[in-house]
Amino acid sequence: MSQVFKFSIFRFDPDEGKKPRFDNFDVPFKAGMTILDALFHIQGHIDTSLAFRFSCRAGVCGSCAMHIDGKYKLACETQASIALNKRVTIRPIAHLPIIRDLVVDMKPFWDQYKRIIPYLMPGDVAPEGRERYQTTSERQKLDHVIDCILCASCHSSCPMTASDPEYIGPAALLKANRFVVDSRDQSTAQRLQMVGDEHGVWRCHTVFNCSLACPKDLDPAGSIANLKREATKNFLKKPSTR
Amino acid sequence: MTRHDVIVVGAGLAGLRAAIAVNQKNVKVAVLTKVHPIRSHSVSAQGGINAALGNNPRGGFDSAEKHAFDTVKGSDYLADQQSVMKFTSTAPEIIYEMEHWGCPFSRTPEGKIAQRPFGGAGFPRTCYAADKTGHVLLHTLYEQAVKYEQASERQNFQVFEEWMVTRLVVEDGVCHGVIAMNFNTGAVEAFLADAVIFATGGSGRIYAPSTNAIINSGLGMAIPYWAGVPLKDMEFIQFHPTTLLGSGILMTEGCRGEGGFLTNANGERFLSNYSDSAKAMEVAPRDIVARNMQREILEGRGVKNESINLDLRHLGAEKIMERLPGIRDIAMNFVGVDPIVTPIPVRPGQHYTMGGIDTNVDGASEIKGFFACGEAACVSVHGANRLGGNSLLETLVFGKFSGEAAADYVLSEGKPAVNPKAVESALEDEKQKFKTMEGGSGKENAFTLNQELGEMMVENAGIFRDEERLKSGWKTIKQLQRRFKETRVTYTGKRFNQDLMWHLEIEGNLDLAEAVVAGAFARKESRGSHFRLDHDTRDDEKFLQHTIARYDPQEGKPKLAYRPVELGLWEPKERKY
Ligand SMILES: Cc1cc2nc3c(=O)[nH]c(=O)nc-3n(C[C@H](O)[C@H](O)[C@H](O)COP(=O)(O)OP(=O)(O)OC[C@H]3O[C@@H](n4cnc5c(N)ncnc54)[C@H](O)[C@@H]3O)c2cc1C
Ligand code: SF4
Ligand code: FES
Repeated sequence: MSQVFKFSIFRFDPDEGKKPRFDNFDVPFKAGMTILDALFHIQGHIDTSLAFRFSCRAGVCGSCAMHIDGKYKLACETQASIALNKRVTIRPIAHLPIIRDLVVDMKPFWDQYKRIIPYLMPGDVAPEGRERYQTTSERQKLDHVIDCILCASCHSSCPMTASDPEYIGPAALLKANRFVVDSRDQSTAQRLQMVGDEHGVWRCHTVFNCSLACPKDLDPAGSIANLKREATKNFLKKPSTR
Repeated sequence: MTRHDVIVVGAGLAGLRAAIAVNQKNVKVAVLTKVHPIRSHSVSAQGGINAALGNNPRGGFDSAEKHAFDTVKGSDYLADQQSVMKFTSTAPEIIYEMEHWGCPFSRTPEGKIAQRPFGGAGFPRTCYAADKTGHVLLHTLYEQAVKYEQASERQNFQVFEEWMVTRLVVEDGVCHGVIAMNFNTGAVEAFLADAVIFATGGSGRIYAPSTNAIINSGLGMAIPYWAGVPLKDMEFIQFHPTTLLGSGILMTEGCRGEGGFLTNANGERFLSNYSDSAKAMEVAPRDIVARNMQREILEGRGVKNESINLDLRHLGAEKIMERLPGIRDIAMNFVGVDPIVTPIPVRPGQHYTMGGIDTNVDGASEIKGFFACGEAACVSVHGANRLGGNSLLETLVFGKFSGEAAADYVLSEGKPAVNPKAVESALEDEKQKFKTMEGGSGKENAFTLNQELGEMMVENAGIFRDEERLKSGWKTIKQLQRRFKETRVTYTGKRFNQDLMWHLEIEGNLDLAEAVVAGAFARKESRGSHFRLDHDTRDDEKFLQHTIARYDPQEGKPKLAYRPVELGLWEPKERKY
């Protein structure tokens, strides 16, 4: 008997007025196949109604985060071979409304991203005809915080984003920290105030799910800890800014 | 129907930069994109972006002229020389602007933007952020887009995420707007606009495999082509030397720029055996390196007869982790190879579309109110072969120019009026077309056709071409187009109808592939990436010309014409590296 990859996939269309269900699919074995490849096989040859997001297929665009076999993973970076010896369950990422099947509405996630002033605020006029200088050790501080692909795995794994829809969440907080640690940014106080309320860093109960979930091995929990430290320092320095 | 000043289709680097340029002139802009902006293919770019900044100790004597000369020589003299000069002399300010906006480039010990050597360049002028340059550029530009979106002092800047444009409305030589589908709701709507800018990216997925994102279909170029906008130089397809065996994921040219070797099954650095790469070796231009690798494989000196080794081991763990961390991750995740201890198996693969929508240096096409920029457009600054690091630069430079030109056009007096009736009737036609697609016989499977197309293109319009292969490829495309009529969109729900989406993308792939093959068939010479085994030299007498392909709706195929290359600065010479 030829080998197959076995999946059980979450299916839901809010328009149908029916409960979500799980469909089983068997995909013919191909060496080196990823979960994303397997989903394409299903969509092209078994069930054209299956919906999921994708783009780069190389683990860099952040489209294809899913809950695969109990963990948040990028479908394009995960080998289908995990589905040879057992039927693997695939669900959409959590804590976001479902549009259909594995596609969720990312708007709440982007709304939080947009809330933290997600752009450099240098506070001075840019030099004419050259870059702003930054030493290699200043630049090193950005090394991992700039790598976030905004896949929302951390957001979906966090118990706090589930209980408090206004919580800024680990991804947007990591982004805020990315500017706080950038030597060129001069708006730390404003940012810390922005993330310093009860829906900000203080909502985080250091569960560390986010850092465990991150497919890029980033450490949003570490970023949140840094923001807490800086916010405390800021608070002690200038009580009036509260 | 909604009414807009400027619509930008595409939110990669080119589209976002164009939208910002429009808005900077205080003109309203709406960006339509089929994926969230940061999911665009620009995010995948690895190696870097060129500008003659002279920040590298070995780059002190670099200049915009030298950058321009390298670009023209690399293009095998098919690039338009004045356009290239404008392109390279705008480069430094464009890079500084990105840095000022927060782009986290890697740095030199003096704190300046770091630069690395790249193929075909006389000086190290490729600015980078490790091997994630596209990621940092796109995220920075999106951050700026959010800033413009949130700013209240200017006219509106709006982004329509996950809207796929399916049709361009052109009547009497004037662009009137677009028709687009909202993936989330399935709604198909008409957008009336004074100006439209296409920044839909490359069309690499007409080949299989390709280094391009899966969303990079032929549709983005096919939409204006169907509407009567000509395409230029479509036969020039870049094959990147180093793509991962199997998945075809790119291993950046930075691997070789940083000193990596290419070796055959005997462990030999074979590039020294070929006269056109003997001196520059691994950093000769892409077309030359890709051909010589393919020759090694065809002549039986490939590793297991299918690949070449990209050997980074001598660079050492520290340099690999610092400069090429993303490459190491990809190699480990996708082929289980750690480049610190084992060479990476690579082979040449489809990578870049030099041709595209025919525009001038301002991004304007021959249709009034229709502009294009980025990989979807062809100015041409890449000619027959693009240099690494020049296409990220193209997205930003020409994104800016075309945005400014579109805004000026909208503000100009006496421009032709746009016609709401034209877009409304196009909307009805489009809805009818989708209905027809749902009623097909379903005897054929579109996905199978697409796979056949991609494999055929690699075989018949790949690195080595000849009359026979191209002829039979063309015949296959004609058959595939006929078979496509027998496919059927079976999913009829509203939300995220990817079945309909795929049928539209594949229809675009088929017609775009035909433009590539037609151009390659007619160009009986070898130039840059276009190599004909049956005409293996360059023929400046006949072919120092751009191919212009127009869609003939009656015949359902391209009609070709030629336009002379703009020279004036450098006389064409033989290319040697
Ligand atoms: C793996 C890889 C690495 C690369 N590395 C480098 C490098 O190091 N240096 C360099 O200079 N170049 C590099 N390139 C090339 C460069 O990345 C691309 O040419 C460039 O990013 C293209 O940008 P763009 O904005 O034109 O298009 P894209 O970034 O592809 O964006 C296209 C946009 O159009 C939208 N779109 C397309 N069709 C539609 C439609 N029908 N309706 C609505 N929206 C649509 C998409 O949603 C997307 O937003 C690389 C390319 C690849 C494949
Ligand atoms: S921090 Fe990690 S998990 Fe969270 S969005 Fe970024 S890449 Fe994804
Ligand atoms: S498809 Fe881009 S991360 Fe998976």
